[in-house]
Amino acid sequence: MELQAVLMAAGGGSRMMDLTYNTPKPLLPVGNRPLIWYPLNLLERVGFEEVIVITTKEVQKALSTDQRLKTDVKMRLDVVCIQEETDMGTADALRHIQQKIKTDILVVSCDLITDVALHEVVDLFRAHNATLSMLMSKVHEFTETVPGQKGKKKAGEQRDFVGMDVTGKRLLFMANEADLEEGLVLRKSIMHKHPRMLIKTGLLDAHLYCLKRSVVDFLVHNKSVTSIRGELVPYLVRKQFSKSLNSKNRMFGVHNKCTSKDEALLQLARERSCWNDHRGDMSEAYHGGKLRCYVHIMEEGMCYRVNMLAAYIEANRVVPKLFEDPPIHPTAVVSERSLVGSDSIIGPFCQISGKTSIKRSNVGTSSTIKEKVKITNSIIMNGVTIEEGCNIQGSVICNNAVIGRGADMKYCLVGSGQRIEPEGENDVVQRSAGYTTRTKTHTLQFCSSAVFVLNPAFCVCVCVHSHAHVCLFVCVILCVYVRFNVLIAY
Amino acid sequence: MADSDGRQVDSINHSTEEDVKLQEVVQAKCEGKELTKEEKQRLRKEKKQHKKNKKDDRGPPEKEKEKEKASVLAPSKPATQSPAHKAAPVPVNASASESPVAAEKPAKSKAEQRAERRARQDTERASKQGKKEGGQQSASSKPKATPNELQPVKRLPEHIQVDDPAALKKLAKKLERQQVPLRSDYGYKVSLFSHLHQYSRKNPPTQQISIPATVIHPSIVRLGLQYSQGIIAGSNARSVALLHAFKQVIQDYSTPPNEELSRDLVNKLSPYISFLSQCRPLSASMGNAIKHIKKEISNIPSQCKEEEAKRRLQECIDSYINEKIILASEAISKYAIEKISDGDVILVYGCSSLVNHILCEAFEKQRKFRVIVVDSRPRLEGREALRRLVKKGIRCTYVLISALSYILPEVSKVFLGAHALLANGYVMSRVGTSQIALVAKAYNVPVLVCCETYKFCERVQTDSFVSNELDDPDDLIVTRNGKTHLENWQTVKSLGLLNLVYDVTPPDFVDLVITDLGMIPCTSVPVVLRVKNVDQ
Repeated sequence: MELQAVLMAAGGGSRMMDLTYNTPKPLLPVGNRPLIWYPLNLLERVGFEEVIVITTKEVQKALSTDQRLKTDVKMRLDVVCIQEETDMGTADALRHIQQKIKTDILVVSCDLITDVALHEVVDLFRAHNATLSMLMSKVHEFTETVPGQKGKKKAGEQRDFVGMDVTGKRLLFMANEADLEEGLVLRKSIMHKHPRMLIKTGLLDAHLYCLKRSVVDFLVHNKSVTSIRGELVPYLVRKQFSKSLNSKNRMFGVHNKCTSKDEALLQLARERSCWNDHRGDMSEAYHGGKLRCYVHIMEEGMCYRVNMLAAYIEANRVVPKLFEDPPIHPTAVVSERSLVGSDSIIGPFCQISGKTSIKRSNVGTSSTIKEKVKITNSIIMNGVTIEEGCNIQGSVICNNAVIGRGADMKYCLVGSGQRIEPEGENDVVQRSAGYTTRTKTHTLQFCSSAVFVLNPAFCVCVCVHSHAHVCLFVCVILCVYVRFNVLIAY
Repeated sequence: MADSDGRQVDSINHSTEEDVKLQEVVQAKCEGKELTKEEKQRLRKEKKQHKKNKKDDRGPPEKEKEKEKASVLAPSKPATQSPAHKAAPVPVNASASESPVAAEKPAKSKAEQRAERRARQDTERASKQGKKEGGQQSASSKPKATPNELQPVKRLPEHIQVDDPAALKKLAKKLERQQVPLRSDYGYKVSLFSHLHQYSRKNPPTQQISIPATVIHPSIVRLGLQYSQGIIAGSNARSVALLHAFKQVIQDYSTPPNEELSRDLVNKLSPYISFLSQCRPLSASMGNAIKHIKKEISNIPSQCKEEEAKRRLQECIDSYINEKIILASEAISKYAIEKISDGDVILVYGCSSLVNHILCEAFEKQRKFRVIVVDSRPRLEGREALRRLVKKGIRCTYVLISALSYILPEVSKVFLGAHALLANGYVMSRVGTSQIALVAKAYNVPVLVCCETYKFCERVQTDSFVSNELDDPDDLIVTRNGKTHLENWQTVKSLGLLNLVYDVTPPDFVDLVITDLGMIPCTSVPVVLRVKNVDQ
């Protein structure tokens, strides 16, 4: 075996709690498949036959019951559960499974959706005998309006500074804005060895790492490191230029001893080889360092990390184009009198009645859409029921929600299991949540038990056009009892 | 029957050619008919016997080859002797086995070539059976002997028949059987070199293989990548790295049940070798190393235990590296240092690990000399040589090959490394070497080639076209100040980029070859090869 795959699928999805409140992140539907399927598929496509999945009990249960996932994924899944309460980091998780790790590892995060040619990353690892090689891609500008977001996203809240050598492959420097006090501080030893360095921002770490076996040994010995991305990778990158090679040998000594003789031969081969990774100074290839980190930056192609709502929505839009599934699942029942755009996908066991129109939307498994419903630009998850006459635009409706008759929603986020009461049931509003129209979005935010009721006959019809230009063609405003938030009435 | 038919056809041909001698021809025909009637039975017997003898014949031609080599080695011998040698054994065989005269004819006519038809007609005209036999004997023995001689030389290697769709198909089939991906050719080749492979670095060999490499051993995959990216370059480095990878393969090998280690391991290695040659065509040194390892593996007795066998193989690999590469370079530097005297100005080209080693050793032995490193695009390996020499403290000058004739007047010796030494005494080395040797000859500067004997190769080559290597043409593209002028060269129909890797230097330009066996002239390569063969 050359590489073992480890899939980290125990994350809670803390950056999009709205979605992950009831559904664990790995099971969120993206293009009508659970999110975890995408990294699994990536690994299977390139030839892995076995993968270690680190996850929670809940996900494990779902993995073992999900028939579709079982038929789709032929690989052997070695599922390892960790307790959610203990708050383990990714490095902790690796330490947890160290018994299973026999070779170098490829660590993948469960929220990665990409069409990268994985051999690019692994080849860097192979060819340079690297300690770490990772994947990065350009950060996407999400153009779609994101429901439930107040105001503009704080631009570049935590930028990463990534330094590379002239070839753009060797990873020399890595710092997060959050860790910086005043300016970027570059070590002299780096500048000495690599006088030309390219520092980039705007790169997205795909959380895909090839790591040497010795790194796992190192983790076992250094229990203080808890996260791969946060601590281990910056440490390794920094350590490339540390002077004390001896200390490094001590750290990775376990591995070095058994291969010392082979090392000598390799050393001989390298001495005889007329190749050098740099020029301009008198030192040998790699400056004699044994620890090397590499990065492959995707110039084109798709790479999403579904860890935010915006990325989730974007991924849902893009992903169906990549996989040649039929847009309408054969088990779905779609009325002939309905209009389903070719840019939409309809999941299995859906029921779609006549006179509906669905455009640029995903409808998940076992959802029911009644008559005269118009859905555009939306993501409808599994088991959702949408009653007659609704108009849903740019929204995300989570699992098992029920949208009552005649609801008119724009850029809304409906949490899982929520009910939007239908019109005419007359006890006007029971409980509601915040209702803001601050910028371009018209937002509904739900607390855990909130139920939002709209009565279009008398109620709000707010249409929001571009850039905070709010038009109201309102007849009556019959609002609203507010439990938590402010009431805005026009 | 077929034989006699063939003869008839032949004779019909004759008749169309020379109507005047119709009578004779008719006579000949009659003879042929008579023959088939009377002696069919005997003819078949003879044929069988003849075939047997053919098999036996395969022994002597090889001996002849050696004799030929010997004759090359000793130029004092008149060249005319060797044909005599060649001709001698065959007739002896033939006359011993094929005494019946009549039966001999049809068997021969099968093998005859048209070019010899005239000769036979002459003999027919003479119409004396005895003479005929003798004439035909010598005529037919030649074509028989040549295929026999060609056989050990083998068919054309795959890597020089890329333009032949049949050969390519065969290669693809072989690779498919071995589950090794066929690497797609880059295309856009310069016309004279369409028979060679040309790969692109943008199209790595690992593209099509699964990522935890299962069919091919991980260390081989790594090595292949390093070859194709040029991280391991230079024939010594490539050989050492190859042997290192083989060691790891042997380490991880376990004989499947009902298999014999000596056979199974060789079978296991062959897809690896094809993968490596897909990454970059194998060097002569690697070919020799592979040959050696394969022989060692097949020499392992079947009753030998697996652990023992593996240990033996590993030891043998270690000793191969030690003897053929490390100790050889020690020996060569010992000889070469004698040739370096104080005040010398030594010109080197590119980055030869052996030449670097020699110069460093000489410097440590307190010789006073300075070095001129000549370099050429696109690899600019001379920079690495320069770095290594300067780091030792040797005084160096660095010029590009275009400044060669300017710098040569001050040079007192030229030291060159070699990729391989060919059996005809030609030196195969990094492209540009022959130019340097030529100019050095013009300036009467002695040219010394340093080469370990394990790089000696039985191949014969007189030009750089037939067998060479094409590197990635994109390497020739230069980006300066953010501008790349040749960016879309593929779209320009009238433009081709040629990035040759090797050239051959004729022995006339090489004064001396320093090997681990001593200092020899180029022309003695066959002697060394023969001695090596005897040793093995």
